[in-house]
Amino acid sequence: MLRNPIITGLALSAALLGATSAIAQQRVLVFNTDTSDPAPKAAFEQLIADFEAENPDIDVQVNLFDHEGYKTAIRNFLTADSPDLANWYAGNRMKPFVDAGQFMDVSDVWSDNGLNEKLASAESAMTIDGKQWGVPYTYYQWGVYYNKSVYDQVGAKVPETYDQFVENCKLFKDAGIDCLTTGTSQMWPAAGLFDYFDLRTNGYDFHMQLTNGEIPWTDERVRNTFAAWNKLVEPGYITANAAAIDWQDAAALLSQGKAANYVMGNFAVATFKDGGLTDETLGFFPFPTINPDVARAEDAPTDTVHIPAGAKNPEDAKKFLAFLARADTQTKLNEALGQLPVNNESTVNQDDPFLSQGFTMLSEASGLAQFFDRDAPAEMAASGMEGFQEFMAYPDNLDDILNRLESDRQRIYK
Amino acid sequence: MTALPDAHGPKRSWWRANQQRLTPWLFLAPGAFMFAVYVIYPIAASFQFSFYDWDGLSPKTWVGWGNYAELWGDRNFIISLKNNIIWLVLYMLAVPAGLGIAIFLNQTVTGIRIYKSLFFFPFVISQVVVGLMFTWFYAPNFGLFFKLTEWLTGTGTAVLANPEYATYGIIAAGLWPQIAYCMILYLTGLNNVAPDQIEAARLDGARGLKMLWYVVLPQLRPATFIAVVVTVIGALRSFDLVSIMTGGGPFGQTRVLSYYMYEKALSEYGYRMGYGAAIAVVLFLIMMVFITGFVWKMVRDERGR
Repeated sequence: MLRNPIITGLALSAALLGATSAIAQQRVLVFNTDTSDPAPKAAFEQLIADFEAENPDIDVQVNLFDHEGYKTAIRNFLTADSPDLANWYAGNRMKPFVDAGQFMDVSDVWSDNGLNEKLASAESAMTIDGKQWGVPYTYYQWGVYYNKSVYDQVGAKVPETYDQFVENCKLFKDAGIDCLTTGTSQMWPAAGLFDYFDLRTNGYDFHMQLTNGEIPWTDERVRNTFAAWNKLVEPGYITANAAAIDWQDAAALLSQGKAANYVMGNFAVATFKDGGLTDETLGFFPFPTINPDVARAEDAPTDTVHIPAGAKNPEDAKKFLAFLARADTQTKLNEALGQLPVNNESTVNQDDPFLSQGFTMLSEASGLAQFFDRDAPAEMAASGMEGFQEFMAYPDNLDDILNRLESDRQRIYK
Repeated sequence: MTALPDAHGPKRSWWRANQQRLTPWLFLAPGAFMFAVYVIYPIAASFQFSFYDWDGLSPKTWVGWGNYAELWGDRNFIISLKNNIIWLVLYMLAVPAGLGIAIFLNQTVTGIRIYKSLFFFPFVISQVVVGLMFTWFYAPNFGLFFKLTEWLTGTGTAVLANPEYATYGIIAAGLWPQIAYCMILYLTGLNNVAPDQIEAARLDGARGLKMLWYVVLPQLRPATFIAVVVTVIGALRSFDLVSIMTGGGPFGQTRVLSYYMYEKALSEYGYRMGYGAAIAVVLFLIMMVFITGFVWKMVRDERGR
């Protein structure tokens, strides 16, 4: 950036001088984050630089964690050595920390900044016991990604309803192409499928009640969900042996034209494009309608920032949250992240067909689910996903699977 | 020195008097301290945790034998236990297989060292690498094994997607380095087989299997003992391969106790420390049965000599 050595030297010495004089009144804000991948890392560096530019008296110190390691680390640092800010996820994922009193109630940040309107789509996911516990800054849509050339090859049209989707599957099957691909060796892709079958069959409220443990898994309506799913499983329209395939390997099947559709999150677009698809050959459509009487709801996992209860500088941390919630901040941050801003006054990059489609879809949605493993408590999520994985391999085991999930439900939600 | 002979005298003599007895303890102290802190204390703590319901964040609540009672009715625990037994039984194949290869390689041909190194190679590479290689070997659509079965039978078998075969697939991957390990133990053992006894047996007309069974094997008993011990322990603590190859799947059918413990206590969807600790205690007790047996045998052998 600073190519000229003299200017660099000057800037350095100025920075050093500035640092020494500023130490006295500069307040420190410690921020633990898991944004270790290149794009999020750069996005957050920019975000923090912008915040510091607006608040010269605050010095944000970032502790960068590896994305996976962070999930374990957060449990240690929240109890041992709290930062002032920490990344996490919305929905039931934050519930253990809220219940254990590890996150600070930030309802005042919401009410003072009118966030209840601006971040309305994520409000329910951030609310536990009528209070808000953090600020959402990004999410991404889930839906069906498809290979346009394969659609052209068999003469299929982009389906509006699930029946049309299943009819297309017959065309694909005859052409020797997997209609729907997935790779569930890490289990969560199966949960995305279940979320959509349930949201489209029974609707958002039912889905939330189910993941909250208020509805038995043996309920007739849950069976309807699986019955809809089975229209793809029984005839073999889904990639075989999905349980031993990584989601990236399944993405390769779509890129290579061996599969037509993939229910995925928008983060997968980069993987599809690495596999050779372009904006011209890769398409996106919202998961088709199953029950026309049900309002459309979507999966949109939300990433959030929280103030730990043990924060040493909660005043400035709240200032940061207010900054993070602002429309212009979220526009800029999400442009760098390649995701969608939560603030409804933000804008998205219209050149990206997937982001602009996703933004429209989510703003028209009647409700946003967080994804099965964030809506349901961890243990239920684990056994649920295992059941979904089994269902796709052995649909005849459904009764057994549902009975197991039901007995798990009775044990887990007390 | 000369100023206060009385004060120094008795002290020095106490050290002198006890030096012989104290020295071993002093040398042992660092090791004993580490062992106590990193082995004994965690074992005791696991026992203690197993009586609590604890998520690692909130205060612990005492549940008595509750975790163990739940284990008894937990389908996944039974699956893990069953798989551990399969592991234990099939892993034992590494001992005779290692012996076979060792006998085969125990000859003087040009370049035998290269062959020996090649056979030993799988033990040198990391278990993670072994796991990844076998995962690709079995992988649906592009794996070598999948292609082979597709060519032979018309439909490819994805071993790791099939709940019936997956555990055997993982054990096969585990056997590969384990056989190499047993082989090297037997190769060193074979070096120490007394040539005069072989000679004498040969004069008496012993050949082939009889020679192996009555003359060679008895002399290899120490090697066999070590091979069995490392194989039993290797089978019981199998974790890395399960974690790399299937993550316990498909639908939890390849879990073993150590992996289930990790899942319940430390994985993304776990954090039931008490329940995980209870699984650890069960695994510990199973291991204790074998370890006690081994230690008992070792002590008996030492006394016998």
